[in-house]
Amino acid sequence: MNKAGIISLISVFLGLLAGAVLMIITGHNPFVGFMYLIQGGTLTLERIGNTLATATPLILTGLSVTFAFKTGLFNIGTPGQMLFGGFCATAVGLTSNLPSILLLPLMLLAGFLGGALFAFIPGLLKAVFNVHEVVSSIMMNWISFWIVYYTIQAYFKGNMETESRLLADSATLRAPWLSNLFGGSYINLGLLIAILCVAVVAFILNKTTFGYELKSVGFNRHAAEYGGISVNKNIILSMMISGGLAGLAGVMQYAGNANNIQIGVMPSQGFDGIAVALLGGITPIGSLFSALFFGLLYSGRGFMNAMTDVPPEIADTIIATIIYFAATSILVERLLDKFSKSRKTAQLSEATTADPLYPDSSEKNTEDKGDN
Amino acid sequence: MDYVVEMLNIRKEFPGIVANDNITLQLKRGEVHALLGENGAGKSTLMGMLFGMYHPDLGSIKINGSEVKIANPNVANDLGIGMVHQHFKLVHNFTTTQNIILGIEPKKGLTVDIKSATTKVAELSKRYGLNVDPSAKIEDISVGMQQRVEILKMLYRNAEILIFDEPTAVLTPQEINDLMEIMKNLIQEGKSIILITHKLKEIKAVADRCTVIRRGKYIGTVDVKSTSEMEMAKMMVGRPVSFKVTKIPSTPKDTILKIDNLCVQNNKKVLGLKNFSLEVRAGEIVGIAGVEGNGQSELVEAITGLRKIESGSVVVKDQPINTLSVKKRIDMGIAHIPEDRHKRGLILDYTVEDNMILEIYHKEPFSRYKLLNRPAIHSYADKIIADFDVRAGEGGASYARSLSGGNQQKAIIGREIALDPDLLIAVQPTRGLDVGSIEYIHKRLIEQRDKGKAVLLVSLELDEVMNVSDRIAIVNNGELIGIVQASETNENEIGLMMAGVKGEDRHE
Repeated sequence: MNKAGIISLISVFLGLLAGAVLMIITGHNPFVGFMYLIQGGTLTLERIGNTLATATPLILTGLSVTFAFKTGLFNIGTPGQMLFGGFCATAVGLTSNLPSILLLPLMLLAGFLGGALFAFIPGLLKAVFNVHEVVSSIMMNWISFWIVYYTIQAYFKGNMETESRLLADSATLRAPWLSNLFGGSYINLGLLIAILCVAVVAFILNKTTFGYELKSVGFNRHAAEYGGISVNKNIILSMMISGGLAGLAGVMQYAGNANNIQIGVMPSQGFDGIAVALLGGITPIGSLFSALFFGLLYSGRGFMNAMTDVPPEIADTIIATIIYFAATSILVERLLDKFSKSRKTAQLSEATTADPLYPDSSEKNTEDKGDN
Repeated sequence: MDYVVEMLNIRKEFPGIVANDNITLQLKRGEVHALLGENGAGKSTLMGMLFGMYHPDLGSIKINGSEVKIANPNVANDLGIGMVHQHFKLVHNFTTTQNIILGIEPKKGLTVDIKSATTKVAELSKRYGLNVDPSAKIEDISVGMQQRVEILKMLYRNAEILIFDEPTAVLTPQEINDLMEIMKNLIQEGKSIILITHKLKEIKAVADRCTVIRRGKYIGTVDVKSTSEMEMAKMMVGRPVSFKVTKIPSTPKDTILKIDNLCVQNNKKVLGLKNFSLEVRAGEIVGIAGVEGNGQSELVEAITGLRKIESGSVVVKDQPINTLSVKKRIDMGIAHIPEDRHKRGLILDYTVEDNMILEIYHKEPFSRYKLLNRPAIHSYADKIIADFDVRAGEGGASYARSLSGGNQQKAIIGREIALDPDLLIAVQPTRGLDVGSIEYIHKRLIEQRDKGKAVLLVSLELDEVMNVSDRIAIVNNGELIGIVQASETNENEIGLMMAGVKGEDRHE
């Protein structure tokens, strides 16, 4: 297991510990609480299926954040990109009468492009005017939110004022064989697509010249420029692919786990993607595992509520605390570094003649990344 | 004998390595004592112990004759030991006075008594001839001035023993001379100085005695006046070193680079390079001499495509390249050893291997159908590592960050020369390197010339420009002052031209 993996596990452990403390303070037995939390996500095949389904959009939003991060970009417009991607797919699904085999790929494409469009704008602003993507991507969320709000009410209104019409079964990612396999769970083909995306993204980042360019820009844009790599092109492409992945998360959510869009709700999976990516150590495979962990927490929460007298608000606080610790895994990394620092700088100073009088020069330049 | 500092039989081990092995350094009161050694010889470790950052395993440290334990830098401060770090530790949007009093601010009620501090700083500055403006902001003053602020910081804290760590690495020739004068003033005022360096010329100029260490071992302490540079270099490197670069006369052929009336803006959006014209031919090395910030960076970045050209033209091998992308220029045979190896030269979080293909990753055999071809990359990097003697713990798989400065530089030079360029632009190729590495890099540059390549050498080290180049172009304030033959000029002539005095003016 590599360092990132160990850090993530420690973070999870600390998160659970904090959750346990919270349960003790509110007068509940943490062992019982956690037992039901875990059982809630794993006790039956159906529950396992639901855990996986809950994790599906999170895998993709985590992947989305990871991808941008590799190019030194912090895409926090994932909620809006996810919502708009899901909306585009839903719009396609509600308006065309194609057979599933054509319709589903078309919806996935629409979802990807919808998300990509919403990330293209902050990417362009960053590349051309050096507008910080954190500001410009988060502001896009509300544009997405209100466009979807208006358009669904105006054109796709369902039985209720607040949601779109239901997609036909042929226009969702649900597959009877898969649901049956998991005892009638709402697990769907989205999971397979998400896993496929993990593999594709890992392949792009590690094996292709495109991945080499993206990471070069992310690590050191000045050196990338010096090497003849187009920094602006890669920033825009990276944002678009990141947004596209978030858009796919929207398809999984609104045409897989659900079969319509509720308006007036910003999808929480978007921001959770940041936590998923951080806990996953900013790697594609890490995002997969950390999304599964989040899926377990979310789907076990209800069961814990039902089986214990932990009030739902406390249960949510506990989950939020665990996520908080998980997301701040960077703290654990710092602590670990501090722990082994005296030894490490000493070795470094001799092995590499990095100057021991300037310990900051031998630290990993986390600040550098922030500058980009 | 009156010693202010005695470090006796010091031994310091780090896991797996003996950094200091039985080293003795004795600093007399009122002397400049040079500590000479190559990169990684253990100089910094030794000084780290004097400054309380490490603790010796064996041996003792005496200050003014009494044995002390220096537990941390605060103790060192209290003992009157101060250090001017190579990389300054200054707050850029603070004034010099604010920087100097940082941490020991004089108080007046609840407020900082900046007035009395300013007066004190001004007094100190005057007394030691530092000429520092107490109320100037750090970001507005030159690097040389910033260094003086660091010196004032120590003086303000009443330091008696001053450690200078590679103080001239960041300075221009004039600033170096000024610093030497300042050091002499400090000695006259009763201070004692330890000068960490690997520049023999400076030792000769300012030091009284010199302690040499090599690979963690004590080699000896010599009297500077009675020891030649050659002897000290031999003690440092462990073998005879030649200073004079040996080379046959150049045989220039076709023009490779032709610059005509080039104007380029600097970062402040004013012209940093004005109507600059120059030719570099195959088989010659043209050196650019000048004080830092006189248009060198603008020139290099305009040729390599990293900066926009305002007017004028750059022609390489009869083809105008004004608007070509960086990538196209690289493909045309322009290689560039950049000024700042950490900013431009390397991706520190990539492995050495990945850094070796920075300009050619998209070409066969390093990638095919947009897929990286690891075996090809691997063997290519291994060849550069072997050819250029790049020492890295895990070879090509080592992270660039983990290499020493010298090895990082060798890796970059290897990468650029391996491109087999027609025009090689080398900017400060030996900055911060030790004598052995410098000699090696100079040989490689001359080897390129002898192979019939055009080389443009930009350096702030006048010796380097004069020894390596065939012709020397001198810049001042973004303008070409003149071009001289390296074999027919001297330091004095170039020095005057660097200061902006044109050839014809001098003879009047």
